[in-house]
Amino acid sequence: MPSMKATNTAAIGGSVSDAEPRSLAVSFERVAFSYRGVPVLHDACFHVHEGEFAVLVGPNGAGKTTILRLILGLAEAASGRVLVLGESPASARASVGYVPQHASYDPAFPISVEEVVRMGRLQGAWGRYKAADAGAVTRALGLAGVEELRRRPYNALSGGQRRRVLVARALAAEPRFLILDEPTANMDAESERRLYGALGDIKGKATILVVTHDTGYVSALADAVLCVGEHTGAGRGVVRHAAAPTNEAPGERFAGGALRVLHDVALPPDSCCGGHEAAR
Amino acid sequence: MSGFITALFDPTMPFVRNAALAGFLSSILFGILGSVVTVKRIAGLAGAISHAVLGGIGMALFLSVRGIVPGLPPIVGALIFAVIAAALIGVVSLKAKQREDTVINAIWAIGMSLGVLFIAKTPGYADPMSYMFGNILLVGGRELVLLAILDLVAIALVLAFYPQIEASAFDEEFATTRGVPVQAVFLAILTVTAVAVVLLQTFVGIVMVIAMLTLPAGTAGYVARNLAGMMVGATVLSWLFSFAGLALSWELDLPTGALVVTIAGAAFLGVAAVRGLKALAKRAGRRAEGRVAGQEAGR
Repeated sequence: MPSMKATNTAAIGGSVSDAEPRSLAVSFERVAFSYRGVPVLHDACFHVHEGEFAVLVGPNGAGKTTILRLILGLAEAASGRVLVLGESPASARASVGYVPQHASYDPAFPISVEEVVRMGRLQGAWGRYKAADAGAVTRALGLAGVEELRRRPYNALSGGQRRRVLVARALAAEPRFLILDEPTANMDAESERRLYGALGDIKGKATILVVTHDTGYVSALADAVLCVGEHTGAGRGVVRHAAAPTNEAPGERFAGGALRVLHDVALPPDSCCGGHEAAR
Repeated sequence: MSGFITALFDPTMPFVRNAALAGFLSSILFGILGSVVTVKRIAGLAGAISHAVLGGIGMALFLSVRGIVPGLPPIVGALIFAVIAAALIGVVSLKAKQREDTVINAIWAIGMSLGVLFIAKTPGYADPMSYMFGNILLVGGRELVLLAILDLVAIALVLAFYPQIEASAFDEEFATTRGVPVQAVFLAILTVTAVAVVLLQTFVGIVMVIAMLTLPAGTAGYVARNLAGMMVGATVLSWLFSFAGLALSWELDLPTGALVVTIAGAAFLGVAAVRGLKALAKRAGRRAEGRVAGQEAGR
């Protein structure tokens, strides 16, 4: 078994100082889920600590979107338990920011960037926008690097700009937990660099979970790599993998370094919380 | 035109004033609901409800003339069919989205056919055509009051729930993650639309309802900066179209409903054509610029 002694502080391995237990942003406990009779998840167990930058990787169709929908409370587990910030997904919604992959977007819908971002301030069935929401919108536009687009019509933006506006929309909620579904799909290198630059600024202020089908490399910002595992017939599980710094991935893609996912090095699910087992 | 203006203020012709007032009051509904229906892309759904209503009108005529339910007013039959159609579409849209298109078109066709069948078996003369285009000159005081009430309901709902309506129309999934009850919003929109369609079509006709729900909002959508602007713009345009249609039909002795729809349609197509040409010119300009830049780079 390879030693997971980190040669670079950015590497993700099994040895983590056993600090006091940190609270969890999300935890899956033996979660099973089927879609129209087809098992998707089986016995899925994983967790992400608050403040971490976690990446959930897996090939297309592996069930990443299902995991997202379970976290967002858009779907319900058949068995097992999903906790988000210690609560049920539906009750945690107010503290979660979500950046969808395919934001349904109608070019005939007249709306400004500012108004799209303001939607992040919505909470529930009642209530109109308040003056205080404007401040949060401005901060979110700044964090996502789209302040100069504020007054532009949303339908006049490029795809990359729209994606960053949707990041701002999620940030407008001032979330403790930010979830991004394939944030860089179909994005040019410059937009991708800007996006990861923004995520670097947000890291530490909120827990970040990025979902991607790129199973080879992840951003060096990542603290944890979670892979949607092999299909066992009963559905897939989620395995924590090690990752090591690499120069192979085009560095500009992630705005400051990439990690190669070591698919042959599975880490125990509790390796991040002082689990002392060596890498399996 | 002066003939129409004189008629408008002629105390012996209250029906002209009522028609003008009905045009104004219905414009508010067309503007608000039309914008919501357009951005939510459920115009087809509103079309199905309004056409299904003909079945209800036919049924009410049949039942009352045959003496089975004496005195049953057509609007009650219309309301029954509108509610059934809205409920069916609502259930299918929420539970079996992939069948929505088929069901919408089925309801559209079956509703109209039932209307024609009922009217065929109703003794005496009834012309389905009059229900297709209505007659705004037959609007009475009671209808005007109902319209005003529905206007107030629509305005109050939009004032109270604008953020929720905007978000659920723009991105339903995201709205759900913000705790917006998108299904309830959808069903509320469907209900208000169904009631409005019934009320409006009894005097402006089925064709005009569906045209005025889509055309002014579509035209306003080209220039509006947001949903609120679209609502205001569509309201103003609806009012202009219906007033111009009424005045012209008075001067030229032509059917009002058909004239209003034609004006609204021409305005929409005109604006769409101008926008399309502008976009083409812009693209051609950019291509020419690119060519010049390319030539310079090549030197």
